[in-house]
Amino acid sequence: MNTTTVNDTAGHHDHDHDHAPAGLMRWLTSTNHKDIGTLYLWFSLFMFFFAGALAMLIRAELFQPGLQYVQPAVFNQLTTMHGLIMIFGAIMPSLVGFANWQVPLMIGAPDMAFPRLNNWSFWLLPAAGTLLIATFFVPGGAISGGWTMYPPLYMQGGIAYDISILAVHILGVSSIMGAINIIVTILNMRAPGMTLMKMPLFVWTWLITAFLLVAVMPVLACAITMLLTDRNFGTHFFDAAGGGDPVMFQHVFWFFGHPEVYIMILPAFGIVSTILPTFARKPLFGYVSMVYAVASIAFLSFIVWAHHMFTTGMPLGGQLFFMYTTMLIAIPTGIKVFNWVATLWRGSISFETPMLFSLAFVILFTIGGFSGLVLALVPVDIQLQDTYYVVAHFHYVLFSGSAMAIMAGVYYWLPKWTGHMYDEKLGKLHFWLTAIAFNITFFPMHFLGLAGMPRRIPDYALQFADFNAIASVGGLLLGASQLLFLYIVVKCARGGAPAGDQPWEGADTLEWTLSSPPPYHSFVTPPLVK
Amino acid sequence: MQNVDEFLLHMWQNVAPLVILKSMGGINLSIPKYRDQRAGHSCWARTTSSLFALFARLVPALARADFALNLPTPASGLAQDIYDLHTLILWICFAIVLVVYLPMAIAILKHRKSADHQPAKFHDNLTVEIIWTVIPILILLGMAWPATKLVASMKDTSKSDLTIKVTGYQWKWEYEYLGDDIRFMSNSSTPKEQIDGEQPKGEHYLLEVDRPLVVPAGQKVRLVLTSSDVIHAWWVPAFGVKQDAIPGFIRDTWFKVDQPGTYRGQCAELCGVGHGFMPVVVEVVSPEKFAVWKQEQKALVAAAAANAGKTYQMAELQSLGEKVYTANCAACHQANGVGIPGAFPALSGSKIATGEVAGHIDIILNGKPPTAMAAFGKQLSDLDIAAVVTYERNKWDNKTGDLVQPADVAARRK
Repeated sequence: MNTTTVNDTAGHHDHDHDHAPAGLMRWLTSTNHKDIGTLYLWFSLFMFFFAGALAMLIRAELFQPGLQYVQPAVFNQLTTMHGLIMIFGAIMPSLVGFANWQVPLMIGAPDMAFPRLNNWSFWLLPAAGTLLIATFFVPGGAISGGWTMYPPLYMQGGIAYDISILAVHILGVSSIMGAINIIVTILNMRAPGMTLMKMPLFVWTWLITAFLLVAVMPVLACAITMLLTDRNFGTHFFDAAGGGDPVMFQHVFWFFGHPEVYIMILPAFGIVSTILPTFARKPLFGYVSMVYAVASIAFLSFIVWAHHMFTTGMPLGGQLFFMYTTMLIAIPTGIKVFNWVATLWRGSISFETPMLFSLAFVILFTIGGFSGLVLALVPVDIQLQDTYYVVAHFHYVLFSGSAMAIMAGVYYWLPKWTGHMYDEKLGKLHFWLTAIAFNITFFPMHFLGLAGMPRRIPDYALQFADFNAIASVGGLLLGASQLLFLYIVVKCARGGAPAGDQPWEGADTLEWTLSSPPPYHSFVTPPLVK
Repeated sequence: MQNVDEFLLHMWQNVAPLVILKSMGGINLSIPKYRDQRAGHSCWARTTSSLFALFARLVPALARADFALNLPTPASGLAQDIYDLHTLILWICFAIVLVVYLPMAIAILKHRKSADHQPAKFHDNLTVEIIWTVIPILILLGMAWPATKLVASMKDTSKSDLTIKVTGYQWKWEYEYLGDDIRFMSNSSTPKEQIDGEQPKGEHYLLEVDRPLVVPAGQKVRLVLTSSDVIHAWWVPAFGVKQDAIPGFIRDTWFKVDQPGTYRGQCAELCGVGHGFMPVVVEVVSPEKFAVWKQEQKALVAAAAANAGKTYQMAELQSLGEKVYTANCAACHQANGVGIPGAFPALSGSKIATGEVAGHIDIILNGKPPTAMAAFGKQLSDLDIAAVVTYERNKWDNKTGDLVQPADVAARRK
């Protein structure tokens, strides 16, 4: 990869001539990829805090055995909505926010391919988010059958269940439109000279992720539409009494659900693969194999879905097939980790906040990968399915994986986006608090799961009390630490030391050739990439 | 090789937990001491023990230092094999961790800018890429082989000595001994007062039932599972058995346990508000005791049949009805009968509980699909239903004065 430009005059110092609408209309009607990226990021930050607050209530209730603060009906709403909102409201929109800001900047394009579609894909999100949050206030409360929405349990709820289906449909439409936009932008709008194999890895990961989104969001839409008609119009897709099959829902759901997991982690891989070389001052090791590894992971994600369903009682052949395909994922994932370590090897490493988050990502995501390998083995999975071991596993890949990579990316690009340096001391404090509190919260959950604590229970047997108390202390600390993140971001957006065009000496992608913040319309004349 | 395995196993089971526990500040070590002192009567002991009790109240975790770190002690051959497979994989993972994290640690410590380390320029090497693709493939093959053999034996439910049908209900289990005419419900027996913190929690809090599943030791027990409402999962960790119970479908699994004893587990698949309160308890007894137990169960069935035509007094029915209500109805309709608005209707002052008796009996017998209101006709006896109807019609704001007899219920059954 070599993205050295020979023409970086494009767009410099011309932002004075922009005539962007001011005030509220600027944001409501914006077709500018930077504005829309910013909207995505603020929206996801708000949802991150909302769903995080639900998690705080969960941990408070689980601090000791017995029911203290919430009744089981409310507890189930908390776990369900925490999962649903974190996935669809926090992680996914924030990654799309990164794509909006960074993809045009990194490929030297003036904007996204479909700016109006881009506006619409964002503004669907607040509508869906409002619907989801509003379900807490309808009769019967929010959905409580788990974010996976398994029937027949899903058939038993009230109006919130239908509202949530509508909300997820809207989120799906938004995702598909966003994904099409990203694919077309990347395939058609790269600067002259930027061949596919010269694209920054972040762009590659988003290209592949966007294809995953286009492929699987319609599958989710089918699954929840069938739920909707089963609930309201007398169909029996998933009702055994009418000739349907409740397990069929799980197959369809996880055919969406497993690629969804990679939708949330592949762009995170891209962010980390951008940051590690910068602060190791050394090119990314094995760029080509990294691209192939991401593509392989994406392909494999379509043929592993039933590993979420080993306890449903598949035939032997089915269990073995899904065990083997799942184990195969360890190979491309391993290649990525090895390449990251080789990137660090014999570099000249410095430890700014984005780098700290990225290094923690490599270490902690690998732990999540190992627990994934343990869970891939059918016999062990039979023991650990639906226990806290699984909760530990997916928080190691989703929090210390996706969320910490997102935080790394925010610290990395904030100077470019705002033109100000963030507070490095506070950033490092935020990192250490997050990393330590995260491990206090989630590492003991491995032990809880092994010892036999099921997930999604509001109260537990006495032998699980100790680790739950520890996890709750860690969880509340983890939640509180994120307020610091909010403070740092707001402080940086409002002012601070000028960042300069190139705050990181090791960064070599196109966005660093622009001013900080970049002009409202950048790369009006495309740069030439050698 | 066997010795190495044993050594590693010993290290993992005995040494590693100790190291971790010690690093936690010896929390667990202080507990036995505390218990000893409480037994004595010296002033010093009382002071420390009350101080400790205060501390324990503030930090409930410390009241029971039970830091289980691994899978529970296996009781079946399958669970033992799972345990060993997990141990093997864990050690492989530790080895890979060293290979990955060691160079990373060296790079972080030595190859840093602050140490004035100059960056190298390399960025590709086909040979190492091939090496770190091929070696993981070999490791995975090594893992897949024992796992495959174990999956095959877990799926082999043939040649069983005994078959028991397990049916999941919201939120209890029904056990039916096929061919023996024994069928009963198994409800959680943890009192609500313990859950709400009004009473101290018992030793087997949330993992205790009124009637456990009883099986003979040393025999291959095959379970066939289904559900009457939503998906549940029957799980006993010590057996290495977890199987979803799916409405409309039959799945099977098996276990063989040699050591008599009481084994505990719980429902593992989210099944509604009572999901956390749906324990599984299995009593493994000698085959001789099992034969005696079967005779007792048949005698119970005969006694119940003999009582069929009996009429009951209001007080008798109300007191039985309260028990039935607590075990079957209170999770949704709540102990005070007000339900959860929007999700579960109130019974206090409701049209059904104050209207026609026949309609009241019918909804309990047949349920109201697809809501969470289950059909209790197969779960509860005529006496139980008569009792709970009588209870509901005379409790809270419902002052109907109606007295419903088992015969009234039997008449509504179709």
